[in-house]
Amino acid sequence: MSQPANEAVSGRRPYRRSMKGWWRRDPFFVRYMIREGTALIVAAYAIVLVAGVLCVSQGEAAWNGWLAAMRSPVSIALHVLLLIGMIYHSYSWFEIMPKTMPAMFVGGKRVTATTITMSGLAAAVAAAVALFVVVWMLRP
Amino acid sequence: MKRSNAPVFWGLFGAGGMLSALFGPMLVFITGIAVPLGLLLPRDLMSYPRMLAFARHWAGKGFVFAVIALFAWHAAHRIFHSLHDVGIRAGTLAKLLCYGGALVVTLLALWGLLAIGF
Repeated sequence: MSQPANEAVSGRRPYRRSMKGWWRRDPFFVRYMIREGTALIVAAYAIVLVAGVLCVSQGEAAWNGWLAAMRSPVSIALHVLLLIGMIYHSYSWFEIMPKTMPAMFVGGKRVTATTITMSGLAAAVAAAVALFVVVWMLRP
Repeated sequence: MKRSNAPVFWGLFGAGGMLSALFGPMLVFITGIAVPLGLLLPRDLMSYPRMLAFARHWAGKGFVFAVIALFAWHAAHRIFHSLHDVGIRAGTLAKLLCYGGALVVTLLALWGLLAIGF
């Protein structure tokens, strides 16, 4: 952190707690940083997909190249990592949803945080199952 | 008073976050693990003629575009707002790089999907 001008003149050197590793000092902050870090996972997957779209647009050889890359051990390992990160993203998204959405009332009573989180997680499981079923039915 | 552009970015962040929370894990599993390994799903599920037909259909095109663009804007917004936490000044340059990256991904997806045709 840079020194304010008046302190440089007076020669005062007040103690400033370092920012280094601040989030490792508290498990709450660690969870916060992992939650924010899932953005890198989501970004990486968007890049994988956009590469796929560009390959399809370039023809069969390019698409087969993308498929071959997806089959490489490095890609499989990366996608296992992406899957774990994406599941955590999904979980944490609904975990903080009671704080990110406006208060909801049903029958004059405020819907509890647990209900909101559990409903969200149930919706995520339902969406995953529905997606798999649709893809299953579309299989050759 | 000048209208803030923050609600637009926040809206894209929220939409992308919700879409990825609902479908992200299964999408990663299908495209990155199940199909490449032929696990539960056949490998030729994503063969060229099938993917071409999928990307030419309005529903497939729309879904692919929504997933890529919203995932990118979600990630860009979250990364931009986390920069301060890792000790990087979140200035104009950082903003341009984050949201500009999402814009590039969006435009590439749009271009690719349009080039594939209908």
